[in-house]
Order: sequence, then structure tokens, then C-alpha cells
Amino acid sequence: MLVFGVIGIIFVVTQGALVWSLIRYRARGDETTEPPQIYGSNPIELAWTVIPILIVFILFLVTTRTIYSLDMQEPPEGALRVKVTGHQWWWEFEYLDLDFVTAGELHVPKGVPVFLDLRSADVIHSFWVPRLSGKTDCIPNRENHLWFQADEIGTWYGQCAEFCGTQHAKMLIRVISEEESEFEAWVANQKLDAPQVPTPLNGKEMFLSLACVNCHNVNGIMMQGGFAPNLTHLMSRDTIASGAAENTPENLKQWLRDPNSIKDGCRMPNMMLTEDQIDSLVEFLTTLK
Amino acid sequence: MIDKTYSPLSSKLHEWVTTADHKKLGVMYIVCGILYLFVAGCEALMIRWQLAVPENDVLSAETYNAFFTMHGTTMIFLVGMPIILGAANYFIPLMIGARDMAFPRLNAFGFWLFFFGGLLLYFSFLGGQGLSGEEGAPDVGWFAYAPLTSTTFSPGSSTDYWIISLFVAGMGSIMTAINLVTTILTMRCKGMTLMKMPIFAWMMLVDAILILIALPTLAAIQIMLLLDRQFGAHFFDAQAGADPLIWQHLFWFFGHPEVYILILPGFAFVSEVTPVFSRKVLFGYPLMVVATVSIGFIALGVWAHHMFATGLSPTILAYFSGATFLIGVPTGMKVFNWIATLWGGQIRFATPMLFAVGFIAMFTIGGLTGIMLAVVPMDWQLSDTYFVVGHFHFVLFGGLLFAIFSGFFYWFPKVTGKMLNETLGKWQFWFLFAGFLLTFGPMHFSGFEGMPRRIYTYMPNRGLEFYNMLSSIGAVVQVFGFGLFVVNVLHSLRKGKPAGDDPWDAWTLEWSTTSPPPPWNFATLPSIASRRPLWDSKHPDDPDWKYE
Repeated sequence: MLVFGVIGIIFVVTQGALVWSLIRYRARGDETTEPPQIYGSNPIELAWTVIPILIVFILFLVTTRTIYSLDMQEPPEGALRVKVTGHQWWWEFEYLDLDFVTAGELHVPKGVPVFLDLRSADVIHSFWVPRLSGKTDCIPNRENHLWFQADEIGTWYGQCAEFCGTQHAKMLIRVISEEESEFEAWVANQKLDAPQVPTPLNGKEMFLSLACVNCHNVNGIMMQGGFAPNLTHLMSRDTIASGAAENTPENLKQWLRDPNSIKDGCRMPNMMLTEDQIDSLVEFLTTLK
Repeated sequence: MIDKTYSPLSSKLHEWVTTADHKKLGVMYIVCGILYLFVAGCEALMIRWQLAVPENDVLSAETYNAFFTMHGTTMIFLVGMPIILGAANYFIPLMIGARDMAFPRLNAFGFWLFFFGGLLLYFSFLGGQGLSGEEGAPDVGWFAYAPLTSTTFSPGSSTDYWIISLFVAGMGSIMTAINLVTTILTMRCKGMTLMKMPIFAWMMLVDAILILIALPTLAAIQIMLLLDRQFGAHFFDAQAGADPLIWQHLFWFFGHPEVYILILPGFAFVSEVTPVFSRKVLFGYPLMVVATVSIGFIALGVWAHHMFATGLSPTILAYFSGATFLIGVPTGMKVFNWIATLWGGQIRFATPMLFAVGFIAMFTIGGLTGIMLAVVPMDWQLSDTYFVVGHFHFVLFGGLLFAIFSGFFYWFPKVTGKMLNETLGKWQFWFLFAGFLLTFGPMHFSGFEGMPRRIYTYMPNRGLEFYNMLSSIGAVVQVFGFGLFVVNVLHSLRKGKPAGDDPWDAWTLEWSTTSPPPPWNFATLPSIASRRPLWDSKHPDDPDWKYE
């Protein structure tokens, strides 16, 4: 990178000149007169005015070229389009052309450009997955764009990069890039309604009878919420609470028992559930494959 | 009749509380600034304790957010501002050969506004309610981005404390700036044209003008935000359709000049100390003036480089990137001129000089990382990460704070009549220098690894543990440095060597009067012929005015 080279050279020259003059011109204690007084030098001062101007001019040209080359307001041909909405403190991903919604973990096919529409439901957030691209803010009443392309298979960690309140630190992102076929299979599953599986402990009835459905949607069962993550395929995710904990039955139970114990200050209220209610709810939640 | 209420202590107190003397006010500013430095330092230590290991639970999320907000707010408004205004207050009249500031009572009023503004901010720990309704102090960041500050997302009163206390303190700064500009423009002694002022006075003049332009913007948006919160206005209320970016534009129109408001006095201290301890005249005085004035102008046109990730258009990005590069040019001139001042001198490594040299070296690094951040695509990666935290601590700690210590050791003898202990001073420098590098160096790397700012905890196994542990160890090393400083000041105030009028064999007017100076500063107002009047009197055979 040009910038590193330029910065490196300036660093070496200035610090070198500084250290050299400190060593060479240190007082030795036997001086009887003051050193020669040098008030300035027009050619030298002109040199260290003009040369930096030329350097920053070149940096400016290079930067401007890069800004324009990365600018993309319209999705490229064949891009995967996802609408990203930042919430306090989780991410909602709506796959626009594929027509389904998920949260916290973004699955993308390897080698395909991904074009994001960035929005916010409340305060300013910033979508950032360092190894895939730079960050761009999600600002209420505005729509920003960001695009990236994952050329390798893997899990890429990221998180919110603009202070957004109490749990800014646990507003994590996972981007999972996979082979086209795996991605297709994942999409096919996400588009399905929630599986209808018998729940002997009456988990589904419990879910419908408590306040869960006021915020959480489960496609095919109840669709009146939307303030909180869609749970239709909860068990297809590795983590809960926007990456704050692994998605295990034990963690789900702890989350229902006291959300603040996993994510202090989070928006999910402690519903004061009994252990029986918790067991029955988790029985239902674990069927949401 | 005998006044029974008289006692030496209460009369002393009365004298300080009612004073309008620029020197007493200057001392009170600096003492308050140093006390707050230790308060904000303790907040920083708690932050480093919490971040030393991943998933630590020393502080709750709410407390952590309050601490980083208060750390930043305190360091800028209650440490940086009072110390630089205090130094300007104390030394501008002495350096330009005046008996006091132009408006002494406005000066006192400005100080007391700052004083009570600071107390009000800290009262929030007892009286305020935070985002969650549990903690007291403001917890929306020192930048207080809308719409997080709206009553919807920040119920309670902590954000109101932030608004009102900084508004009050800011009014004090504006008054002091008016006073400084007037004093410098109208009260210079006989013979002191603008181009014969000490460079300190030039830098403080530009600084005061920047305060006059920038701080009213902050005051205005704070009032707008207060109207939003208390009376249902919708300036920044995103839920009513407002554009939250307006807050960012207006805030950084204040916030970026503020960075230069803080660092220009740092330049001023170092530009006085470096020549004296190199035994050479400042290299290229006219160019230094030009550079200072250009920094003042350009500083007003770079604010949106704090907003590169907000989705600005490519044209705007290119402009602000270019302007930010451009400010590197005058800043670079200054660094080169300081090095040229050292070049060919007889450098004495007394404590003020150690800190001045530390300043030049560390500030240069901070400037260079700033150039990296001006490259927009790099900023998209590094903005709002620990790289930025490392960058601006190199500027404000390795830069401003080292410059403040340099000035403190240099002028302490003038203010108190006592020398500080050199051995303790040198140990303090090396502890602070090592602790500083260890704390803020690794932050550049944790930023590159993907650690965002303002997070109260982080996940293990993401490459962050090592750098954060180093930073926390560095913070502990710094504690020893600051401890030595306290010991040194307390010891030297009682038992320091008497300083005499001119212990460093220096050249500006403040060293021509007694230490401490009398209330009227000079027996007869001086008259000067060059920028270094004391050089002229010490070297009548080869005076400066022949060459200027």
C-alpha cells in the first residue's frame, strides 16, 4: 500500500532526524558560549512546505480514485440483496429477492457479491465485518449501502461499530459463507413455515398463551410481532441474543429465566416464568429447525 | 473594634474566591484541571481493568458506558480546557508585558462558570439516571450522537446533566477566549508588534479565535437538544422524521476544531521550551506563525472526516479527505521547525526538555496515523476502532499531556518560586513514557484485529486478549509516573530549591520579573525591541533585533 510506504518514510526521516540531533547536539557541559543562533532559512522552509504539499496531493488523488471505484449505489448483476436493519441490540436480515427474514447470522454463497441495504429501527448502528469490508452506518430515516464478496468458505465475525447504548458490545454479527449448494439448501429451509411437530409438554400452546408472540414472529404459527428476532428457524442458528451465547437448550433456558444474566440491559424482559413453563417453551423452541 | 470572624484561613480563602487577578485565576484553573485529571485517570484505570481480560465483569455495561463517557468528557472539558486556559491566563499578560487581562472580572466569572459546570457534571453520579435508570452519570458518549440522546432511548436525567453542565462550562471558555483575544490584540507592551510576540501568544491567539467560532456551535446544539428533551421539540428526533446526521455535522463542526483548540497550546508550550533548552532561537518564527494561522483556518473545514462511514457522497468524501491531508502540511512544518531548532544546539535534558522531546516524537506518530485515517477506504476499516483510540491518545496524551508536563516543569519555578525535583521529574517522565507506549501502542493492533471502540467486553479467541492485557499493564505503569508527580509537587512546594527569577536562563518577559511575580507583574512596564527581550539584555553585543 502506497500510504504505508509514504507514512513509513516520513516516520523514519522525522524520528531519525530527531534522534540524531538529540545525540549529536546534546550539551556536554563544557560549553562557554551559546551556540550559533539560526533564525531560519527560506530555501529549507520552502522545501518542507512544498514537498509535503506534493505528497498529500498524490495521496489525495489515489484516495479519490479509490472512493469512486468503490462507490456502488445500485446492486451489481447477480448480487444477493439483503436488507439489514439494526435494532437495539440485534441485527435483522431480510433477504429481499428470496423473501424471508432471519436474525444475527447472515448466510451468503461463496464468490457472489452481496449488496446490503442498511437501515435502523431506532438509533445509529454500524455494520462491520472487518475481514469482508469496511463499515457503514445504519441511520434512522436514511438508507445506506454496502457490498462485499466472500471468496472463501468460513465464518466471519463482526459487530456493531457505532455506540448504540447499553449492549453495544454484544451486538455481534456472523457471516457464514458456504458453497452454492449448501446455501440453496439453507434458503429452501428458511422459506418454509415452522415445522408442525407434536410437543408433549404443550410448548406451542405455552408459547401462544404467553407474551412472546407480541414481539417474536414464527411463520405459520403467529405473525403479529416483529420487534424482536423472527424465531421460525431458531435452531438453524449457532447463537442466540445476537451472538451473546451459543444456541444450546441450557442457554435458551437461562435466557428465558433471566435475559439480563446473558445480556445485561437487553430489551427482552424477564417474564418471571416458572421452571415448568421454561421447560415447555424450550421444548417448543427446539422444534424450530 | 476587633473582627472576631477573622482567621488567616478564611481570609486566605476569601482572597482566592474573590480574586480577579489573572495569576490566581490561572493557578485555580490549573489546580482544578489536575484534580480532574486524576478523577478521569481513575475512570480510565477502571476501563482498563474491565478490558484486561475478555468477558470480565468488574464493571456492568451501564457503569462502563458511564465511565468512558465521563472519561472523555472530563479529559476534554475539565482537564484540557482549564489547563490551557489557565496557562494562557497566567502567562499571556506576563509574556506581552501587561499588568492583567483586559477584563479581569469577566475572567473571574469565566473561571467560576467552569468550576460550577464541572461540579454539576460530577453531581450527576448522585443525581442522574442513565439509559437503564440505574446508573447516574451520562452514558451516551462524549459525542452524544442523536437519536440515542432522545428521551425515548435515554430516559432519566443523565443526558440533561451532560447538556447543562457542559453548556455552563463552555460559556466560561467563550468568555475567557474573548478576554484572551482582546488582551493579546490591545495590551502588548511598547515595541511588541504582532510579529514580535512570543510564539506562545500567537498560538494562544489563534486558539482563542477557534474557541470563539467552535464553542458557540456546541452551545447552540446543546440548547436544541435540551428543547427536544424537555419541551418536545424535534430538532434531532428521528422518530418524528428528523435526520440524525444534522447533530453529527454540527457536533463535529465544534468537535474537530476542539481537537486543535487542545493541541495548539501544546504546540505553544513546546515552542517555548524547545528553544530555551537547545540554547537556540526558534527556527523559522514567521513560518510557525503562518502554520498556526493555517491550522486555524483548515481546522474549521475538516469536520466530516469523523463521519466517513455515514454514507456521504463520494464528492463530499473526497473534499474532506483532501482537507484533512492538507492540515498535515502546516503541522508537518511545525515538527520540522522544532527539529531544526534542536539541530546545532546545545541540548540540556532537564525534565521540561524530556517532555518536550517526548511530545515531538509521539505527536508525530499521532499525526502520521491521522494521515492514515484520512485515507477514506482505510477509515472505513479503522474508524470507530481501537486504532482511533490509539491515534488520538498519541495526539492528546503523548502530545498534549506531555506538553503540559513540559510546561509545568518549566514554569512551576516562576509560579511558586520553588524548583521541582529533577530526579523525580526524570523518573516520572520515563514511567509515563513507557506506560504510555505500552498502553496506547497495542491499541493500534487491536483496532486492526477488529476491536470496535466503546465496548464494555469482548469475546475470547478473536485475537484481542494479548493487546488488551498489554494496554492494561501499561495503565498500571502510568500510575507510578503520576504518583511521582504528586510526590514531587507536594515535596517541592514545601522544600523545593529556591528558583530565583530566571532559573533556566530563558528569554521571554515573564522571566524578567520575580518568582512568583508581584500582583502588578512588572515594576515598570517593559519595552522591547525583539522576540527575545532577555536575550538582547544578556547579549547586548549581538542582539536579536538585528536579525528579525
